[in-house]
Amino acid sequence: MSGHPSTYEPKTGFTKWLDSRLPIVRLAYDSFVDFPTPKNLNYWYTFGGILAVCLMTQILTGVVLAMHYTPTVDGAFASVERIMRDVPFGWLIRYIHANGASMFFLAVYIHMFRGLYYGSYKAPREILWILGCVIFFLMMGTAFLGYVLPWGQMSYHGANVITGLIGALPVVGDSIKAWLMGGPSIGNQTIQRFFSLHYLLPFMIAGVVILHIWALHVPGNNNPTGVEARKDPEGLKKDTVPFHPYYTVKDAFAIVVFLLIFAAFVFYMPNVLGHADNYIEANPLVTPAHIVPEWYLLPFYAILRAITFDIGPIDAKLLGVIAMFGSIAILFVLPWLDTSKVKSMRYRPVARQFFFGFVVAGLLLGWCGASNPDDPIIPMGSDKLVVSYTDANGNEATQTYDEYEPAATFRDQKVEEGVDASIAVQKAPAFRFVHLAQILTLYYFAYFLVILPLLGLREKPKDEPTSIHKAVLGSHDRAAPAPAE
Amino acid sequence: MSEAQTTTHETIDEDRRDFIHIATAATAAAGAGALAYVFIDQMNAASDTKAASSLEVDISKVPLGGEIRVLIGGQPFFIRHRTEAEIRSAESVDVGSLRDPQTDDERLVPMQDGSLNRAILVTSGSCTHLGCVPVGPAQGNTGDYGGWYCPCHGSHYDTSGRIRKGPAPSNLPVPDYRYVSPTVINISL
Repeated sequence: MSGHPSTYEPKTGFTKWLDSRLPIVRLAYDSFVDFPTPKNLNYWYTFGGILAVCLMTQILTGVVLAMHYTPTVDGAFASVERIMRDVPFGWLIRYIHANGASMFFLAVYIHMFRGLYYGSYKAPREILWILGCVIFFLMMGTAFLGYVLPWGQMSYHGANVITGLIGALPVVGDSIKAWLMGGPSIGNQTIQRFFSLHYLLPFMIAGVVILHIWALHVPGNNNPTGVEARKDPEGLKKDTVPFHPYYTVKDAFAIVVFLLIFAAFVFYMPNVLGHADNYIEANPLVTPAHIVPEWYLLPFYAILRAITFDIGPIDAKLLGVIAMFGSIAILFVLPWLDTSKVKSMRYRPVARQFFFGFVVAGLLLGWCGASNPDDPIIPMGSDKLVVSYTDANGNEATQTYDEYEPAATFRDQKVEEGVDASIAVQKAPAFRFVHLAQILTLYYFAYFLVILPLLGLREKPKDEPTSIHKAVLGSHDRAAPAPAE
Repeated sequence: MSEAQTTTHETIDEDRRDFIHIATAATAAAGAGALAYVFIDQMNAASDTKAASSLEVDISKVPLGGEIRVLIGGQPFFIRHRTEAEIRSAESVDVGSLRDPQTDDERLVPMQDGSLNRAILVTSGSCTHLGCVPVGPAQGNTGDYGGWYCPCHGSHYDTSGRIRKGPAPSNLPVPDYRYVSPTVINISL
């Protein structure tokens, strides 16, 4: 925390010599040993440490995979299979890398929801939050680029859909798209640049992570009460504990539990989060029936597809793209959208309900993204078969059936009479995934643009504790245990 | 040397300094721009990629009622040999009712003698929604209008490649092509 005096005292001759030239041990000591940390952090606060482990895992396994991978359209798929079959422990390293991406996103989503719940984006931590959003955006870019590299069917056609989104931009869309792909379509030149950028971006993420930690260490951690640790030496001592050993041990325990779950995926279900289609080599002439991104991008994919209507001169496709990017961009300005002075949702009984609604909306959007938008959730009636034909007077006529057999008989009869006749399915009215996605998209944006700005002005928050110290003692005084959060 | 002259040497000539600052910054900015141009332009299509952007196709090989699919510069194109019934259904549509109004004739390119070869339809193979490759007669699904069906988000195209139903905003584009002979066409990007 800024203002907290350094307590590092070099003991040996060497560390004294080093400290007067490059005080790197002092920096590490002040940042990760004697760093005053609120004494009431719960396990939701361990995901920062978990994410650091995730990033290191991805970089380590990625560097190794790059030693065996061939970034060409002819070599990519085969080289991945070679890694899986021939390279010693290649299968393990690749499975760690592939599942590591999922674990990384799992952790980052929990970390972000933690920040949303406890108001960690509010003053004085706006820059900290924005840097986190930058990391999240870079992560999504890195994950997209990495998913193209195995050159499977889903890699190729998923990339086609995403680059197609850029083509939806007016005027400049097509030239930006061709510029990104390095030609008229995704080809050898594309896979080479994607590989290069996929290698580069994690190091940019690491750079922003350093800024993120720096921005964290200026105001210090937020905490579940949202009440800042006191600044005066006595208050600070009562409200905080040193990072080591209190949080190094807590983080380490959480990391071990997280790695157990990670290992369960790697060893027992390494492909459960992937798509079987990606084990078919990319074929530009055959599109998989159901193109879906990896699970962690599904909510945003659902928002993209939820926009099926034009508004004025902007067509549905461009609106979908705007909504999808808008749903991420809105996170950057969140610190100025939430008008409430109270940080933690513990003391915001109404906002808290809307927050849990937001979590559910996010999960359901993921479900919509994974489903076919036209599939019914709640059917209202059953589908009908309509036979269209030209009647004796030369007019278009139709006949509706419930069953296939009579419809087919009728059509065949008409065809024998020498009349054009065809059967089409008339879908029954239903509440479909696209409708659910539209409602959820509306809620997603309303949460940030309407609920948080207005609620902060209208809601009457509960009394916050006067200090972290009081909050911790208070929960000990109570006869009943504090409700789990 | 008079004293007045000495003092002029010691005072700062603000205009001269401003000029030097502006000139230095402008030169640096021009250099940065020139360098940025190189690093941005290197990502555009390379000469060999651009060169591989046209193809001659023998259309006499396309089976009646079927189609062949070709890749030009990695982009798919459909060359369909339409049946009489398919041509009739493409021509009988009320153009005014279409999302992207185009007559069937507007979607064909005349042969060298100026007549239209209505049996052969050439279109892009990328769905105008998000670029999936629609399925057609070879995959056993031609959608509700007998042309193509995009399995990704359910767009239906008719036998002229026009959008009839589903989220796609426009017809399958007709590429730039010409008849080299009555049986050979040249498609270019």
